[in-house]
Amino acid sequence: MHIEFSPEQQLLRDIVSRALREKSPATAVREQMASDRGYDPAVWQELCGDAGLAGVHLPEAYGGAGGGAVELGIVAEEMGRTLFCGPFLASAVMAGGALLEAANEADRAELLPGIATGATIATLVLDDLNSPVGVGGSIAATVDGVLSGTAAMVVDAHVADLLLVVAKGGSSLGLYAVEADASGLDIAPLEVVDQTRKLSRVTFSDTPSREIGQLTRQSLNRLWDRVCSALAHEMIGGAQHLFESTVAYTKQRFQFGRPIGSFQALKHRCADLLLEIELARAVTYHSARCLDAREGEPYAASMAKAAAADAYMSAARAAIQLRGGIGFTWENDTHLWFKRAKGSEVLFGTPAIHRERMMTLLESAA
Amino acid sequence: MTPEQIRREVSAWLDANWRVDRPLIEWRNLLLEAGWAAPHWPEEWYGRGFTLEQTVVVVEVFREMAAVPAAQVGPRGLASETILACGSDDQKRRFLRPILTGEHTWCQLFSEPGSGSDLAGLSTRAEFKDGNWILNGQKVWNTSAHHADFGLLVARTDWDVPKHQGISYFLLDMRQPGVEARPLRQMNGHQSFNEVFMTNAVVPPEDLIGGEGNGWHVAKTTLSFERRGFSRRVRGSTLDGPKQGPIYEEYEEELRIAAEPYTWYPQREGRVDLVLPRARETGAIADPATRQEIAKLICLHTGAKLASDSAEAKRKAGTTDIIPEGSIGKLAASVIARQASLVHTMISGADAMLSGPESAADGLIAEILVSVPAISIAGGTDEIQRNIISERVLGMPKGYRADQGPFRDIKRNA
Repeated sequence: MHIEFSPEQQLLRDIVSRALREKSPATAVREQMASDRGYDPAVWQELCGDAGLAGVHLPEAYGGAGGGAVELGIVAEEMGRTLFCGPFLASAVMAGGALLEAANEADRAELLPGIATGATIATLVLDDLNSPVGVGGSIAATVDGVLSGTAAMVVDAHVADLLLVVAKGGSSLGLYAVEADASGLDIAPLEVVDQTRKLSRVTFSDTPSREIGQLTRQSLNRLWDRVCSALAHEMIGGAQHLFESTVAYTKQRFQFGRPIGSFQALKHRCADLLLEIELARAVTYHSARCLDAREGEPYAASMAKAAAADAYMSAARAAIQLRGGIGFTWENDTHLWFKRAKGSEVLFGTPAIHRERMMTLLESAA
Repeated sequence: MTPEQIRREVSAWLDANWRVDRPLIEWRNLLLEAGWAAPHWPEEWYGRGFTLEQTVVVVEVFREMAAVPAAQVGPRGLASETILACGSDDQKRRFLRPILTGEHTWCQLFSEPGSGSDLAGLSTRAEFKDGNWILNGQKVWNTSAHHADFGLLVARTDWDVPKHQGISYFLLDMRQPGVEARPLRQMNGHQSFNEVFMTNAVVPPEDLIGGEGNGWHVAKTTLSFERRGFSRRVRGSTLDGPKQGPIYEEYEEELRIAAEPYTWYPQREGRVDLVLPRARETGAIADPATRQEIAKLICLHTGAKLASDSAEAKRKAGTTDIIPEGSIGKLAASVIARQASLVHTMISGADAMLSGPESAADGLIAEILVSVPAISIAGGTDEIQRNIISERVLGMPKGYRADQGPFRDIKRNA
């Protein structure tokens, strides 16, 4: 399996990259992260609606562009590069993925087109964001779909029109649809480290819902793999941005009468960082191809999530260290990426959890 | 020619000419005349002007039909490619044929005790006296020098110009009183290299290659073949099928001698392949800390494999410069080897104190642990690779240098 991109995929990247550079400069990121909503609906409509990015990976039958994990990865990577603020991960990746993986055909046909066009903002409520193994422990559903329980952290729930909830219904896991105005639903925004990705606590108190599908452990894992691969791509984009901006900074900053980029201590750190990012990039691109080929996906996705998270944090630490004091200020943009790196590192499993998952998969295959 | 046409022509020629009872040298002379010895070379020099891809087809057919190819392994390949690229017609006539037939073995005489990473800072002296070049100095890390007939040697011929400009490149006859090769023992116990001492060694003027003062350019040509692993890709590997007959005995002996210095090379790369079997066998696979380190190793190893396949694809498409890609790959190999060494240590525990046939994996684990330090030095240290990556790939500014101006005035090792 090779990790090259076709000319069409390259073109997609060029278009997305250009649009995001224009629509999501650091000034816009700062403006959105300081707002309650956290994103600009006009920009969301333009990029994810009109330009179709929210549906890039969804089947054409549901209003999507019919791409796969590779195309989704391209969009996620470019969004991560610019720290695009918008419910793309929550709505397109998580909720869209959950519908594809678990919903009945009628519900997919009803709900996916809104997500694909960006008109519906949806999110996926998981009561454990560390590992698929723990999901379903804190939210229960009755046979009539009445939900009770709490999800400690839900991505972009505060702006969602539709909440898809993974809950324990009897002995199995079900997928339940909850409207934002449902009774007994409490969405409490949380104070977060990474202000470019909002989190809320979601509490269900006898909240009515509609069961739209069943989840097996296997389909939950597949969903987890899709989300982790997309997030790994996002992280690679962020790491690449930090890397490029840091190398550029070392060429401009003068100390001791020379550009600091001429000192080997900095050059060698940059060379090591390039290597770490390139290796993480390779396994990340590989994970998308495995997902599209339905071949070794969990193993590849965990490898990508672990490697990309470590590389992003390495890049984030270096980006601050090599800038010195200015890199630690609020005014400098570096901390925005540092915080996204930290948040992404632990969302859907720390690198250590994913490495353990790799080993478990390896040993169960042996 | 298409691959199919090449395949047909080689097969037909081998059907008509390949016989296991021919003496090796006689067979290879036939190869030379027919242009199958080095198909990627020009027609006037034993080749057919093939591309690398076309040449690979020829190599494949030779392997499938278990036909012995021309001698290209090891430093021989560097010598023949360098002479072909930079030599005079007279030099090509004298040297190429016995390299390809396997009659002559060669060695590379570049590094010196006083110039390792800074190759161009070499101080072996070559002076022109009474119609010959007279060489004095010492070389080091010379694979196969103890049995080589000739050496590729760089020496300083002008001390009053900047360091790169005062170097000349010689084809040195090793079989003379002024040349002495002494085996060098490494920390892993193997003797894969030599030190070579030159005391008034003589090189006739016709064995200077590329012109006086032009040695750095020629040396870069040799190094580029070395970095590209050129000979590795065109020489072909193990032959398929049954190999019975006198010619194979001669060929196997030649391969055995050429391969002898490299038996521990897989160990210096960390033997990633042994990690999982060993972890299962010892039960270390159940240890959470070890599992984490194994998984990190797998991430690095898989990433490097994918990235190198991708770089290879780009190289084939002609969109990348080979040298920086090579430096990234080399740095990756070091990181992987160190991580593998760490994991092997965790797996073995106290048993890692032992070496020899009765120790873990028939002594291989011990050999890994004491061979891995070589990978980040040989062929350009990690530090030099990081310089190359940061300057040529990332465009970071060069540091200030203290080695400009006439070589005579530059501070160097005593």
